Amino acid sequence: MDEIVQGVIQAFELIISLDPEVIDITLRSLYISLTATVIASAIAIPLGGLIHFKQFGGKKVLITIIQTLFALPTVIAGLFVYLLISRAGPLGFLGLLFTPGGMIIGQTVLIIPLMIGMTLIALSGVSMTMQDAIVSLGADQTQTIFTIIKEARYAIMGGIALGFSRAISEVGAAMILGGNIKGYTRILTTAIALETSIGDIPLSIALGIILLLIALIVMSIVYFFQSR
Amino acid sequence: MIELSHVSKYFGEKKVIEDISLEIRKGEIFSFIGPSGTGKTTILRLINLLDTPTSGKIFFEGKEPVGDKMRTALRRRMSMVFQKPLPLRGNVFSNVSKGLEFRHVPREEIAARVPEALELVGLAGYEERKASTLSGGELQRVAIARSIITRPEILLLDEPTANLDPISTERAENLIFEIHRRFGVTIILSTHDMVQGQRLADRMAVIIDRTLGQVGTPYEIFYKPQSLHVARMVGVDNVLDGVVMENQEGLAIIDVAGVPIQAVSGYPPSTQVRLYLRPEEIWITSGTDKGSARNLVKGTIKEITPMGSMVRLRIDCGPILTSLITRRSFEDLSIARGQEVYISFKASAIYVTTEGRENPPVKP
Repeated sequence: MDEIVQGVIQAFELIISLDPEVIDITLRSLYISLTATVIASAIAIPLGGLIHFKQFGGKKVLITIIQTLFALPTVIAGLFVYLLISRAGPLGFLGLLFTPGGMIIGQTVLIIPLMIGMTLIALSGVSMTMQDAIVSLGADQTQTIFTIIKEARYAIMGGIALGFSRAISEVGAAMILGGNIKGYTRILTTAIALETSIGDIPLSIALGIILLLIALIVMSIVYFFQSR
Repeated sequence: MIELSHVSKYFGEKKVIEDISLEIRKGEIFSFIGPSGTGKTTILRLINLLDTPTSGKIFFEGKEPVGDKMRTALRRRMSMVFQKPLPLRGNVFSNVSKGLEFRHVPREEIAARVPEALELVGLAGYEERKASTLSGGELQRVAIARSIITRPEILLLDEPTANLDPISTERAENLIFEIHRRFGVTIILSTHDMVQGQRLADRMAVIIDRTLGQVGTPYEIFYKPQSLHVARMVGVDNVLDGVVMENQEGLAIIDVAGVPIQAVSGYPPSTQVRLYLRPEEIWITSGTDKGSARNLVKGTIKEITPMGSMVRLRIDCGPILTSLITRRSFEDLSIARGQEVYISFKASAIYVTTEGRENPPVKP
């Protein structure tokens, strides 16, 4: 019990004193996950729009597959990207394995299905009645699609925030693809895993608190958007 | 202006409307009346080109719109106000201006036209209000403003007052007249409220069981129903079958279950006819003074049903007739069940037709 209390106290000291290692790990985590979220958004939102607005055979099956991938285990995303970018893989020549770039790819792959799914949910949240009203007001096809995306913008932003929180909290892909190299690919989650196993409890708790704070901020943003 | 030719719409197996043919003229107020769920909304959606008929065609000024481009262009000449006005996100200004934005109207002109439209619907100064904070009546008026701001040639109103309280309903109806008077726009509306249909429309179409019951002026529909169905729906409670006994210069005496009834009609003697008589046209008199009415019949009160400010009476006169009188006259006459009364009605209040009756073919 005493150890935990001591750990918490020391953790706060680390945070308040802006410990360089803590800051370094936090910034790297944010950089990797934000970049992954931006790339995933650029791919997932247009793709979600395409799936929503186009009628095609196998649409339902495709949506079911996407929904299944919401729960894609992070280690499997990691393994999949590992096979792609390892030296023997088709993208091996890029030399991305055990680099932040490799981790960004891993997290992007991990959250794309979730973000396509959230885009689909956001767009179908704009009712058919609303869609009719927009068409009836004289919108052509392009104007209709843009107006509907605009109507759904808060829900889509909620989806982006959700994608980011899945990216920043995952550990499997980051571990496989980054290798947890100190000062290079070590991020909040991989650091917690390592520090806990070697017994540096205060650092683990400090990083855990920061991770929770980030989650809290992100979810506040989601809540703010969804209540709009 | 708009012609529906044998239009049917099915959603899968479900038939929503069947074989509707009619014409809507430029500049008139045309109303579709019928109970809820009879396909009125579907007809309006088809006219607004939000849906396509399963079979049949719709012509606009003689042309059938084909292809997305032509349909959008034509749709931009119309506006539709939906039963449940659904605001877009944002403030009233952005809601009302949307139709103009879609039509690529310059910003300065939009800025000038939005206040005009809001003023017309009685919401001057509401530009910055959030749409989500408005009441139902206000939302309805925003929906009307965003529809008329584009100066449509055709304005479609789906149950425009179904969700409004009586005062808002009256305002909305006055607004509809005002829009019609000011812009000369063709207005097509749907309502389940017979009285409203009659009040607003130049001509109306009765929709019964997914199909067209009758098209005509309110007078034609309320006094000269073409079928028993229409009669029942528009409240012509007295439908009597009889035979013409004699006819003197257009005043016929018709035998209805042994009771001679005088009615204005051109049918010759021994024609099998059907008589339609609105219950409001039957008066109860205490004495035998028939006044200007041609018909005076003795009967017994069978049933008394209070209906708000009116009272419905069923009177056995041989045939059983229904009369609708005000509560005040009901009380003045102190009517009770089983009481003997005299009823009177004008010969001109009766609509006589051979529709639905068997007659030998007329010799040429």
